[in-house]
Amino acid sequence: MKKKMVSLMLAGAMMATLLAGCGSDGAADGAAATGTETEATEVSDTTEAADTTEEADTTEAADTTAAGGTFKIGGIGPLTGGAAVYGVAAKNGSQIAVDEINEAGGINGMTVELNFQDDELDAEKSVNAYNVLKDWGAQVIDGSVTSACSIAVSEKTWQDKVFQLTPSGSAVDCVQYDNAFRICFSDPNQGIASAQYIGENGLASKVAVIYDSSDVYSSGIYEKFAQEAANQSFEIVAAGAFTADNKTDFSVQLQQAKDAGAELIFLPIYYTEASLILTQADSMGFDVQFFGCDGLDGILGVENFDASLAEGVMLLTPFAADATDDLTVNFVKEYNDRFGETPNQFAADGYDTIYTIKAAAEKAGITADMSNEEICTALSQAMTEITVNGLTGEGITWDASGEPSKAPKAVVIKDGAYAAM
Amino acid sequence: MKTKTGGLSKTTKSDLITYGMVILAYIIVQLLVSTGHVSSLIQGLLVPFCTYAIVAIALNLTVGILGELSIGHAGFMCVGAFTSAVFSLAFKQTMPSAPRFLIAILIGAASAALIGFLVGIPVLRLKGDYLAIVTLAFGEIIKNIINALYLGVDSRGVHFTMKDALSLNIEEDGLVLIKGAQGVTGTPNDSNFTVGIVLLLVTLFIVLNFIHSRTGRAVMAIRDNRIAAESIGINVTKYKLIAFTLSAALAGVAGVLYAHNLSTLNALPKNFGYNMSILILVFVVLGGIGNIRGSIIAAVLLTLLPEMLRGLSDYRMLIYSVVLIAMMIFNWSPNAIFFRKRLQQRLTAGRETEKEEA
Repeated sequence: MKKKMVSLMLAGAMMATLLAGCGSDGAADGAAATGTETEATEVSDTTEAADTTEEADTTEAADTTAAGGTFKIGGIGPLTGGAAVYGVAAKNGSQIAVDEINEAGGINGMTVELNFQDDELDAEKSVNAYNVLKDWGAQVIDGSVTSACSIAVSEKTWQDKVFQLTPSGSAVDCVQYDNAFRICFSDPNQGIASAQYIGENGLASKVAVIYDSSDVYSSGIYEKFAQEAANQSFEIVAAGAFTADNKTDFSVQLQQAKDAGAELIFLPIYYTEASLILTQADSMGFDVQFFGCDGLDGILGVENFDASLAEGVMLLTPFAADATDDLTVNFVKEYNDRFGETPNQFAADGYDTIYTIKAAAEKAGITADMSNEEICTALSQAMTEITVNGLTGEGITWDASGEPSKAPKAVVIKDGAYAAM
Repeated sequence: MKTKTGGLSKTTKSDLITYGMVILAYIIVQLLVSTGHVSSLIQGLLVPFCTYAIVAIALNLTVGILGELSIGHAGFMCVGAFTSAVFSLAFKQTMPSAPRFLIAILIGAASAALIGFLVGIPVLRLKGDYLAIVTLAFGEIIKNIINALYLGVDSRGVHFTMKDALSLNIEEDGLVLIKGAQGVTGTPNDSNFTVGIVLLLVTLFIVLNFIHSRTGRAVMAIRDNRIAAESIGINVTKYKLIAFTLSAALAGVAGVLYAHNLSTLNALPKNFGYNMSILILVFVVLGGIGNIRGSIIAAVLLTLLPEMLRGLSDYRMLIYSVVLIAMMIFNWSPNAIFFRKRLQQRLTAGRETEKEEA
């Protein structure tokens, strides 16, 4: 009897939640964006779309400036868990851009609204987040921040014909469909560019690589680096892999590199592990050059890390927080004021994503009453025609494949700051 | 000597309620979907509901019926997911989707069963906590092997390596199926709600009939008293292995459903690590150990809950945990059970007096 009652109760609860999921049908249709106020409340009843304070702000702004309706951008990225630092940065960067655009009068007179959903670095959750945004009435997707999630979401946006621009999904397959574009370099591009840079500038003749074989980003870069190395004037003498479960002690990989006589170690990894590698190489007395990709950006800010060890480290990065151009300086200051930390490349990618959407939307003449499919077709076309000067590159252009074309900037750490090479 | 209620035995009636519940839920959802009353979120969650319900039933077979604690079921799911995804990707262009998916399901189930059988041989000699720890380790091993595995196919045959994608030496026209940590990309999206429900019903049919079969009763006898079971000539190892292998195979089926619902498949701690194994165990414990129907309801409820809490943004996972604790207490604390019983008595007493008055 007891079991029966419990199961009845749970079944009841299940049906109630299923029924509670109904009724947001109107909001799922992005075309009806003019009646935003009523729809927004309708959605909050059903899916309880994340009504954060920022959003409340933008909705208020909609009251005052929305002559042309609202333009809804849905963001997806990991906001909780181990990768939260990337998702939160992209979210914050995007939010700054959205607020700036709204202050300046919006896109084609439309107020921009950003709803950023958590995907916990899980492809399945990422699709859930996308569905939440679809119910909310998102017209374009800013995301996902990570590669695997981005691929999973692009499958759905392709089916639904929703325009997708990922700030930092760097795996090749992220932009396999015509509706998907990206802001960051793809992994192969970074690997090839790094190999060419090392080879053409004659930085070393014997190179060792330490990479994270359990990480898509790291192994993706390494693969192409190794392929391109065959065409260059240096040889890879050692390749040491580590995994996410075992990323605190690098003495084996360093010893291997040392024994092989490496003059330069290529680190296609993130800065947390890189800071450990630098410290351990120093304590081993292994004097060697280091070369990294955009993942190394942020190494100077690692807590308890002796920044003087990073002297002379070279990295190819599209964004350096210490750059002195006006755009970067203003962005870094604004980010610091609002979130109390120095932005990393994910924040810059997030910021550029929103401005790229703006540029494309203005080029294509997007209005709030267009359907998602019309917006998608128009934006995909416009993306190939625009040129964006962003934080992560000057004069970025796109081709139909979705890949951005921009020059990687090589910087070297000198006196505790980035200097151009 | 059975107590007959309306011509059906009590267990048959209970089973029919379980089937009926699933079929009813399917009909209601399909009606709502066709009339456009279901949000995209719920539509997207329908397949995960089936996936997690199936794996919860599979684990309940091990935990509830066999009476052994396994926290490696995400590992079996992982095996089923990857083997079937590799098959589907390899034959993506050359086979129509329906037979391909059917074969994928069979391959997923068979490979998970094989691994379950191999793991079961040494592991089922252990009892209680030891078994839990070994299955935990097994789940992690599977995840790590897949993260290091590169598999490709070209005109010269199948290549695999544990080093990196370059060492595969794939020809230009070849296809890399598993790219180490990058996993499998481009799996066809064959899963849908109808397939999920059919698989769930098949799982229910297998498990419920297994429980009531001669083998099932032998398994339960071992669970209740191993020595007594041995003394009447039950082959303990054989029956334990049968139940464990079946449980692994069904977890593999859930993996197949999972893999064909998304176009990317990575073995992350999040989806196939021990966190997932523990979550599956939570489904089983919340739904009631040995209670198949409860597992389904708990799996659906706990898959839905974090999505329903999205409105709380940053506090989402915190509230999720609190709600989970509250549900556990309400369901299984002796005081709460007593309270519910009293409430129920009062309600039935009230109904009886109403009847008398009428």
